[in-house]
Amino acid sequence: MNAYLKRRFFDQIAVMFGREARKPPAISPRAQEIHILKRATNKERLQEAMLAHENAKKVHTWRNRRWAVLIAANLLFTFSFWFDIQILEGALTASRFIGFHLIDLNSALQVMLAHKHIIVNLVIGTGTVFVLWLVLGGRSFCSWVCPYHLVAEWAEKIHLYLVKKKLVTDQNIDRRLRTLSWIVFAVLAAATGYTVFEAISPTGILSRALIYGPALALLWVLALLVFEVFFSRRAWCRYACPIGLTYGVVGIFSPVRIKYKLDSCFHEGDCRKVCLVPHVLDTVIKGRAVDTEIPIGPDCTRCGLCVDTCPTGSLTFDVKGLSKLL
Amino acid sequence: MSESKPPIAAQPPPSRERLQQARRRWLRTVLLTGGVMGAALSGFLPLVYARTKRLRPPGALDEKDFLASCIKCGQCVQVCPVQAIKLADLVDGIGVGVPYIDAREQACDFSCDAVQCILACPTGALVYKKPAFLGVRKGASLASAPILKAKEKDPEPTLNLKERIGVARLTRPEACLAIQGKGFKGQVRGASFKGRLRYMEVDRWKPIGISEHPYDVAECDLCVRECPVKGAISIETVFAPDGTKRKSPVVHEPCVGCGVCEMICPVEPTCIVIDAREVWNT
Repeated sequence: MNAYLKRRFFDQIAVMFGREARKPPAISPRAQEIHILKRATNKERLQEAMLAHENAKKVHTWRNRRWAVLIAANLLFTFSFWFDIQILEGALTASRFIGFHLIDLNSALQVMLAHKHIIVNLVIGTGTVFVLWLVLGGRSFCSWVCPYHLVAEWAEKIHLYLVKKKLVTDQNIDRRLRTLSWIVFAVLAAATGYTVFEAISPTGILSRALIYGPALALLWVLALLVFEVFFSRRAWCRYACPIGLTYGVVGIFSPVRIKYKLDSCFHEGDCRKVCLVPHVLDTVIKGRAVDTEIPIGPDCTRCGLCVDTCPTGSLTFDVKGLSKLL
Repeated sequence: MSESKPPIAAQPPPSRERLQQARRRWLRTVLLTGGVMGAALSGFLPLVYARTKRLRPPGALDEKDFLASCIKCGQCVQVCPVQAIKLADLVDGIGVGVPYIDAREQACDFSCDAVQCILACPTGALVYKKPAFLGVRKGASLASAPILKAKEKDPEPTLNLKERIGVARLTRPEACLAIQGKGFKGQVRGASFKGRLRYMEVDRWKPIGISEHPYDVAECDLCVRECPVKGAISIETVFAPDGTKRKSPVVHEPCVGCGVCEMICPVEPTCIVIDAREVWNT
């Protein structure tokens, strides 16, 4: 990693905790060259971009794969209970995969803080899940497993339709709120000895509803969705959910990420329009990329919507080290 | 928020616009914070309601510790062969997703033989033995390991359970069939009752519906007959206030509070109930 990327690496961690994405103070000479070249050939490039756009088919490759994984994972929980096939017993907060403990990191943290006593099974389950998501990309938990992510994605479609009809506008909220809520719920758990976040976690509520049958707690999930449809796009995932931050921190060192290639990008910004966390894609803004190839930061959920959307293939899935090996 | 601008300000300085945007965003942030925190407050209700005691699964820590350590995954629900354990909902006021037992509907009859729910618990909210730093309430611990009637002939007849989850109590002696000297014939809770019980003479490993197992007893002793724990309850001859002798179910120290007596009692409403979280007072 060169000095520019190193600076960006730490910058992106700060952005995950809620700082606004901003212009980089220094850009590598190679990238600067491309930026200048792009400015010079602006018109041609734009025409090229329009053409590419027209020819581009709407693809949903990664979205479909992701939905399939998400639904399969959640159904595996459900069927394990319903048909007693005992493959994945429990709920998303804690479960056993063929007898092996898996425990959600945020729930585990809450219990540890509240109960102040850690048993072996808790350590095993938490450790396993930690390693799993360290390898698989941290917040990829959000987009590839979390059931709330899926229903929020559908609610987002309604929201975007209403925005197009000019019936609602997206009201953005300060992203530092998520860090604040993480701290508040951690402190509450430790101080009151009660895992209060678990009572309102839509991930837990939905997961349990899918497995053990619907409950009135779903009304809270519904309230969140209504808020997101009519007021603020993807508000829970973007501004409030401490689970996302926990997994985001785990994903800082994850080898699985989205890679951006400056060379082929037309800077149309379509990727930022579909992104749940557009601040991680600030680098695609004209003149912002600090290097020719840039790994996207830890707040990225690796959902692949940008990969599907990009007409030029400038955004791709990348496994650090693997591409070098091949 | 939209009434603020008079028409004179045709060219508002951009800085002011920005300022207002920032202020509005701040307000929205406060709104969402308030909403989330407000909802979170409702999560504390179980602590307030902790006084209304609910029967928790066997091996549950004391209520406050239990609420702290339960991760709300429902693995205890999944392993229970009679599905006695349910998860609480928003309105139950005892913790969203926290397990409890409604003994009248479906009691724990220990037909798993080994307290599977404790084995399944990943966080130690249900334990065989409490960690040293947690105290045991006086009268909560069982004098000796409870002997399961169903496996009395096994080499290891006891349950690995140190504390009781409650104590049975005869709440309506005036309605008790045993005290009245009456018998019982038929399905104890009606044909539509869903509760299940293990009947050793039917199948050791497969609990069946109580409605599939009608009774015909000359003198009702169902609470004693179906109690899974040895020596926890018996029919004794007692003296009534007027000096006459009569029979009555009497609860003894080995009672773990499983709730089978509450489920099986054929009288509506039940004559015998589990006082959840109650300790044994001599």
